[in-house]
Amino acid sequence: MDASEPGKAVAAEAGTHLASTTTLSRGPAAGRSRLLFGHTPRRRAAPPSPAPQENADPQKMAFLLRKQWALYSVTPLYKFSYANMKEYSRHLSAFVAAEKQKGLAMVVGIDLSIKVIFSTLLGLKGTDRDQAAILVQIASKTQTTSGKEEEKVVWSGWFCCVFGDELLENVPEDFICLPLFLANGAETYTAIIGTWFQKTFDCCFSRLAISPLNLAWMAAMWTGYKVDSHAVATELIFSVPCIPQRLDISYAIHPEDAQALWDTVQNTQGEVTQEEVDLFMDCLYSHFHRHFKIHLSATRLVKVSTSIASVHSDGNLKILQSKYLIGVLMLLTELAILQIQ
Amino acid sequence: MRAAAPRPPAPDGVRRGQSACSDDSLAQTAAPAQAPPGPEELRQALRYLQGVQDRVPLRRNRALQKHLATAESVALQSGLPPDALGQLLNVALSGKHADAVNTRLLKCLIPASVVPGCSVVSAVSWLCVGKCSSSTELLFLRWLIAMFDFIDHKEQLYALYGFFFFFLQDEKLCPYICHILYLLTRRESVKPFRVRKLLDLQAKMGMQPHLQALLSLYKLFYPALVSITLPAKMKTYFKNSESLWKAAINGVRQRNQRTSPVSQQLILGPTRLQSRKRKWNTPLILPASSSSTSNTTVSKEVSHVDIFSPTESFPLEKLCTFSQLLQNIHCLEFPSRMSSVLRNPLLLHYINCIKDESIYLRLNYWMGQALQEECIWCKVDNQLYEEDFKDFLDTVYKAECFLQEGISSCEEFLYKSLPLWDGSCCRLQVLRLVSWIPLNSFSEVKPYLCEPLAQLFFTSSLYFKCSVLESLKELLQNWLNWHVMQLDMESNSEISPLNTTLSGLVNCVAELIHFVGQLCAVALRLESNATFLLHFILDFYETVCDIYLKYNLPLLVLPPAGVFYPALLSMDSIILNQLCYIIYRYRTNLVAAKESELVKKAILQFKFSSQTYQEYNQYIMVMVGCLWTSSAFQKDIHPQGICLDTEVLEKTRVQEFRNSFNIVYHPALTGYAILFLEQAWPHDKTLDFSLIKGKKWNWYLEYLYTQGLEGLKFFIESSINRVSQTSKAKKGSVHI
Repeated sequence: MDASEPGKAVAAEAGTHLASTTTLSRGPAAGRSRLLFGHTPRRRAAPPSPAPQENADPQKMAFLLRKQWALYSVTPLYKFSYANMKEYSRHLSAFVAAEKQKGLAMVVGIDLSIKVIFSTLLGLKGTDRDQAAILVQIASKTQTTSGKEEEKVVWSGWFCCVFGDELLENVPEDFICLPLFLANGAETYTAIIGTWFQKTFDCCFSRLAISPLNLAWMAAMWTGYKVDSHAVATELIFSVPCIPQRLDISYAIHPEDAQALWDTVQNTQGEVTQEEVDLFMDCLYSHFHRHFKIHLSATRLVKVSTSIASVHSDGNLKILQSKYLIGVLMLLTELAILQIQ
Repeated sequence: MRAAAPRPPAPDGVRRGQSACSDDSLAQTAAPAQAPPGPEELRQALRYLQGVQDRVPLRRNRALQKHLATAESVALQSGLPPDALGQLLNVALSGKHADAVNTRLLKCLIPASVVPGCSVVSAVSWLCVGKCSSSTELLFLRWLIAMFDFIDHKEQLYALYGFFFFFLQDEKLCPYICHILYLLTRRESVKPFRVRKLLDLQAKMGMQPHLQALLSLYKLFYPALVSITLPAKMKTYFKNSESLWKAAINGVRQRNQRTSPVSQQLILGPTRLQSRKRKWNTPLILPASSSSTSNTTVSKEVSHVDIFSPTESFPLEKLCTFSQLLQNIHCLEFPSRMSSVLRNPLLLHYINCIKDESIYLRLNYWMGQALQEECIWCKVDNQLYEEDFKDFLDTVYKAECFLQEGISSCEEFLYKSLPLWDGSCCRLQVLRLVSWIPLNSFSEVKPYLCEPLAQLFFTSSLYFKCSVLESLKELLQNWLNWHVMQLDMESNSEISPLNTTLSGLVNCVAELIHFVGQLCAVALRLESNATFLLHFILDFYETVCDIYLKYNLPLLVLPPAGVFYPALLSMDSIILNQLCYIIYRYRTNLVAAKESELVKKAILQFKFSSQTYQEYNQYIMVMVGCLWTSSAFQKDIHPQGICLDTEVLEKTRVQEFRNSFNIVYHPALTGYAILFLEQAWPHDKTLDFSLIKGKKWNWYLEYLYTQGLEGLKFFIESSINRVSQTSKAKKGSVHI
């Protein structure tokens, strides 16, 4: 059971935002969050026009799909400069090499068997005010049997910010806000890269766990996205904390049925409300109860998979449809921002 | 060896940092009263040792043996004066003598005060000539490492960096040379060609700890040039060079009563060993303060230029003393990770003077994450790390005390986590942090701070209640202190840094006091008026009663009846005394307010409401009635007051119930009355309290005053107008 839930409920009930009347506090008013307690808003704008931006590189977008990404929130990067990415590549390459071979010094800039590549991901933006997304990859050079040198990507991670206006509003120019970080590859590499970023740009990485409430939001919102092809069943996994072993209940719904249900529930124009999400889930729960006599509302939602994406409460994400990439990232960016504020 | 030999006082001239090597100092420092060789013998020995032209075998040479012994004995007894030390060093490295002599000479080179930098320079020049054997060279290097902190003009040594670097090639000397270079390396010493050389050496010799240490120092200064990660297990990087001289140095130092120079610490690796293996992104591990790397990560060309013409900035790694901070405050670098300032008081001073928004933002982002991620009662997995978290909260609290300000991310953390808090884990730390919550609009804070706190307060032990009250008292004091500081700043600059109005401020403070008042009244009921609790409550009101005069804030809030009456009727004389003092201070504040009201009627925005005066008058009438005029139960018109019908009182069959709370009969004071009676009428065992009247009443009063009841004294002297010396008093001055 997530102990943070009751707190959330309290904060949500209180509902008011603290205006920045501060005074005695160390820190500028700009640093203060407007949304004080990081609770999920009661309503969200309906998915924006889902098409990815025009300048997006389809190859790179495809690279992001169908991979398991571990989600992190990252506080704003201090003094990160897009102009210095080449330089960062050299340093990080040497840093990774030095970390891999503890005790052996590496000169920066020479050809190493491990190479870190920085690049930007164009098109991964909500608004023009969002900073450009960054892709970091670790490539390892290996000799093929034919004696040819081959580069193989062993780890990737990307930073992005989609509709992060909330965060951007008050942050000075010295900071680059890319609150959502997604990593794929060995955890040791994530640790090395993360450590370097934390050291170099004075930021903090934290795993982004997704609460059952937010998972329900995702289940509802993603059900609402129309898919032309590759529709798969909407599957919800619930966890029952039993001793000695945990019991998982998987609840799969035909995508068309789920969508039909959502369409009857969703009636506000241009936005989705908490009530609608609750109603959607309640309908699913009562249906389940009718058949199995189990109250799912008493269990804990831990995973949601739809045709759009699948996400686990641990903070693991797989995106399946490039068409709704922006929509998925928008919600996750929001959660990451809530976590760092 | 006995230290009883009378030592001449250390001459003022011979201090660290002064190179003057006068004969005068020689005479004074090398004069052991009992040891045979005096300054004259030492001078002769020096003359002899310098005068030797060819290698003389030590054996069978009585003169050489004698002079060598003289030098050794002086050195070990009181250390060598700077010039003698320089001369002997010169002799030892010039190759005039046999190796055995050189070794003995080097081993006895113990400075009495300092090692002159110039002598080290000439010694290094002997090294370059190659006159002495390799074992002597090695011994010299070890000596240099051991004596490094005693060298007075190190800048001369810094100039020799290149020479030392050249000696790295010598495989035998290499470990010691690395150590010396480590001690000598400054940012400007790090050059690309040196990095290349070191990497070549590493490729040749493998992962040697001394090379690793030097390379990581290079990395620290120029992360743009080299990258290295030290193995976690490594503990020592350099061989111990000091052992040969350590005992002798300590002996000389003790005898000369000199404080040792601050020795250079290794600045490699983690400063604090972590208790357990933790995640890489654990924000709790506070990094050691190190210079920012961002200024070195500019484009390649620029960074090279940068390396050849070192920047003027002062690296944080070298910042050790307050005077260094003052001298370099204009060119200090910010730490690469702002969280490192928390454990570094010098940097806290520094950020206190710098008005840069990004500093606080960086600190806030990090601290917000650290508190949120590591909070042990919000995340189940964190429970293993309770000690670490406690330690962290302590650090945050200390920083807040140092800065005299709350940190906003910490405030938000409290609002978020207090509703989940069980009131016991990290209690001390959490309640301390509460006392640094910034002054906010109280109505906004109330649901997040007061409600969870009140819930815990009512359901927890007496001790918890007391600690909550203590921290709320400190919160109030912090707010008031802050207000006073703001007043100072405003009077200096004429610009108000805030747009909070005074009335807003008064309202906030008043609301806090009312909130605490309610807590107190309920708590006293719950704990059946526990004396211990009353102490904490009255402590709080001791701050409250003086707000107008002490903190210049036009606010006066009286304690609720639920606090006033239990204190007045307490069985404990200390409580009663404290109440008297508090009521006296209220009076002083009210009188002062009234006076200033009369003086500047027009400009005074705020005045205490007539209700405050009424409340005060009610309380004081009750107090005077109880304690002085023996008219308890008579005139108390307060709904919660002590007023009983006469019939009821008569049924109790207590005679003279009206007296029962006067200074003689009050349960808190009867003890004093008995002692007084015993002293005044030693033979009367009846203990007749009614004897205390008239003149005796006054004596009794004096007696009470001498027993430390100062509060009572202030109260009676200020609030009771004693017309005559009779016990009859009029409370004419009571009404203000």
